[in-house]
Amino acid sequence: MALVLNEEQRFLQDSAREFLAANAPVESLRTLRDDRDALGYCPETWQKMAELGWASIILPEEYGGLDFGFTGLGVVMEEAGRTLTASPLFASAVVGASALLLGGSEQQKTDLLPRIAAGELTLALALEESQHHRPTHITTTAQANGDSFVINGRKTFVIDGHSADHLLVVARSSGESRSPQGLSLFLVPREAPGVSVQRTIMADSRNAANITLEGVEVNAGALVGTLENGWEVLEPVLDRGRVALAAEMMGLALEAFERTVEYLKEREQFGVLIGSFQALQHRAAHMQAQLELCRSVVLQALSTVDDAPEQLPLLASLAKAKLNKLVKLVTNEAVQMHGGIGVTDEFEIGFFLKRARVAMQIFGDTGFHKDRYATLCGY
Amino acid sequence: MTAPIRRDVLQDLEQFRSEARQWLEANCPESQRQPMTAADQYYGGRNAEYPSADAQLWFERVRDKGWICPEWPTEYGGGGLSAEHAKIIKEEMKAIRARTPLYSLGIWMLGPALLEFGNESQKQQHIPAIINGEIRWCQGYSEPGSGSDLASLQCKAEDQGDHFLVNGSKIWTTGADKSDWIFCLVRTDPDAKNQEGISFLLVDMDDPGISTTPIALISGESEFCQTFFDNVKVPKENLIGELNQGWSVAKALLVHERKLMSELGSESPREILVPSVAARQYLELDDGKVVDAQLRSDLVDYDMEMHAIGLTHFRTFEEKLAGVRSAAPLVMKYVGTEAEKTKSELLLAILGSQGLGWEGEGFNRAELDTLRLWAMSKAMTIAGGTSEIQLNVIAKNILQLPQS
Ligand SMILES: Cc1cc2nc3c(=O)[nH]c(=O)nc-3n(C[C@H](O)[C@H](O)[C@H](O)COP(=O)(O)OP(=O)(O)OC[C@H]3O[C@@H](n4cnc5c(N)ncnc54)[C@H](O)[C@@H]3O)c2cc1C
Ligand SMILES: Cc1cc2nc3c(=O)[nH]c(=O)nc-3n(C[C@H](O)[C@H](O)[C@H](O)COP(=O)(O)OP(=O)(O)OC[C@H]3O[C@@H](n4cnc5c(N)ncnc54)[C@H](O)[C@@H]3O)c2cc1C
Repeated sequence: MALVLNEEQRFLQDSAREFLAANAPVESLRTLRDDRDALGYCPETWQKMAELGWASIILPEEYGGLDFGFTGLGVVMEEAGRTLTASPLFASAVVGASALLLGGSEQQKTDLLPRIAAGELTLALALEESQHHRPTHITTTAQANGDSFVINGRKTFVIDGHSADHLLVVARSSGESRSPQGLSLFLVPREAPGVSVQRTIMADSRNAANITLEGVEVNAGALVGTLENGWEVLEPVLDRGRVALAAEMMGLALEAFERTVEYLKEREQFGVLIGSFQALQHRAAHMQAQLELCRSVVLQALSTVDDAPEQLPLLASLAKAKLNKLVKLVTNEAVQMHGGIGVTDEFEIGFFLKRARVAMQIFGDTGFHKDRYATLCGY
Repeated sequence: MTAPIRRDVLQDLEQFRSEARQWLEANCPESQRQPMTAADQYYGGRNAEYPSADAQLWFERVRDKGWICPEWPTEYGGGGLSAEHAKIIKEEMKAIRARTPLYSLGIWMLGPALLEFGNESQKQQHIPAIINGEIRWCQGYSEPGSGSDLASLQCKAEDQGDHFLVNGSKIWTTGADKSDWIFCLVRTDPDAKNQEGISFLLVDMDDPGISTTPIALISGESEFCQTFFDNVKVPKENLIGELNQGWSVAKALLVHERKLMSELGSESPREILVPSVAARQYLELDDGKVVDAQLRSDLVDYDMEMHAIGLTHFRTFEEKLAGVRSAAPLVMKYVGTEAEKTKSELLLAILGSQGLGWEGEGFNRAELDTLRLWAMSKAMTIAGGTSEIQLNVIAKNILQLPQS
């Protein structure tokens, strides 16, 4: 039964909620932001998360993983969405680890996955080259040079790009500039000569970077997957990322919604609780309906990763588009229904609003996924 | 990582699925796998005529197989199967696009309530007749002055010793002029507070004093009626549940009605709209892509919504099996019927001016039907509790927002 959590997963949910409330509430993100923290996340908390097994949740046991599957990961992502917890979980333990799992050589897997699982090593995917998610529009080049490759190009919106130990760089070794053919993936140490990283301060106070690669030389062992067939790895990796992100957005939406409903039961105007106004009730009820639909979509998408990967593209686009729309609706309404206090920085609801907008852009906005879904359906 | 289902149970279900598939393949006539319109629906009843010989054959085969109501107890003529088995039958019928052999308010609404609240002799009398399609039922709830505010209903039943004397009228009674019996909400205690003085009564429409007047709808059909009760004598044994406790029966029944309505649109939209040649031939495509960007965007929104609704139906089913309670069932009537309206608007948009023909030459049957269905779809968010009432219920029961 893919659409109901089993006992183990519910247990994980409870312990994740407890842990995050105690160790990484929204307040922690505010502190990281206000202190202009150089790393952008709390390494002690990340270490504890890794000890709980979260960094290895999707990894097979042979690589030190928990092998708990994507539904298990989704539970943790959702809880981290409720607390807006900044950590390398998404970029490294989901996206990076998936790339190695799906495309890595045995050598790469045995070298790197156990360290990712332990939270010692982090990865970041250096993909985007423009302000919109266009995963095949790659002009960064990788030129063969004897046994090695030389990479040149610029990347933007690289999640955790300023803090990750290794970058997973998508580069073109042949093919037209917008074609999925001819793409290759390379592991590049962030400190490698020729890599310059500029951290970008985003609305959500989480971590991203612009990265320039100038004559960066890597050897053939850095190639993840086969040369020019990077898309075969990249596409399912992106889909896994989209699904995990959808789970995070589910948690974000639930938290923002629940806080708002609580507020409607506390705030009095005109001598009554504002939650008694039908103008607000119907909007809240409509959101509840959408939350229910999205809950099913997310659960199905998560289980599709493990149980029916051939359907993953459709489900991932469904999940990302639906959740994009959900978080937009819910965060806008959450602010509106809080009245004046909703637009203050002191009040946490604004953090949800801002994270929602960044999450909506990562790995494809609503338009991108609607187009992909229609195309997959044949129209 | 799925909840443990025992392997032998799974094997049994798979075995059942393949048997069901074979049986349906062998027994469902080809004509009963084609898209249908209202004229093809078989409702049963005393005066029923089968829409076609194949429809009769198909109905009788399913009835004899015990699959009209697969989940109902065998002692009343049901199939006695589990929810999982019943779901398999439903899925396999859907897979070959088999028509529903018997349309029946008795199956969808009254039966489940009778099984829950009826006494033994009431079940014996009514359930087999529902399953066998012998009696056609209609629903007498709404009144001219009581729609959303159903509990304010005035149609009264006075205790006359061995019988009730019923006076008043019901409105929007779907199929009243073609039905044999009506299940009604009537006021039995005029002094009690609204919901507390209401009883649930079954009335034979052949009884003297009952009359019906059809009402024409915007779709051109007259599917429903105003139903008048003029000194109708109803035997006491036709009371379901306790006197003045009819509201709880009605509430239970409403759950079934809303569930049904939420499933109306649960066919995959991609089956109806896009790959269906019928709709596709009207779409302007370029390189396989819908040219009209707005239409394409609306189509995806709708497809995604339906995809999500379909998954949520699955989820509620799995939750039921797992004994998990969630808010999902309470939102389904709202989202399902709103989507149904959206679908009709999309079909009109796709057909353009060819979708606007009312009757006569120049339009084929599918085009004419599309428009009539579009008109009918407007009723979906009204019947069975309007969308606004659904939102009120969600706000109150799920969100527990303060009531004014
Ligand atoms: C940027 C900014 C500048 C401002 N500048 C000033 C200023 O210079 N001077 C000043 O005096 N004030 C100022 N205000 C205050 C502003 O007028 C109030 O925020 C506004 O009147 C709403 O009141 P509230 O914040 O208490 O929200 P509430 O009244 O508590 O409203 C909360 C939510 O309930 C809804 N609601 C309330 N009553 C009803 C109802 N009867 N039916 C349906 N929904 C209802 C509201 O629409 C809102 O969504 C400012 C506010 C902002 C955001
Ligand atoms: C196709 C169809 C078939 C039907 N079949 C049957 C049948 O077989 N048997 C039967 O008994 N009835 C039947 N009905 C009747 C149906 O149950 C009622 O139409 C429905 O309950 C609404 O009542 P009403 O028409 O009196 O509208 P009203 O209750 O007068 O509503 C008018 C408008 O006001 C809104 N409104 C009302 N109360 C509130 C509120 N508290 N908050 C916000 N908005 C509100 C409504 O949402 C609606 O938009 C059928 C209706 C249709 C359309």
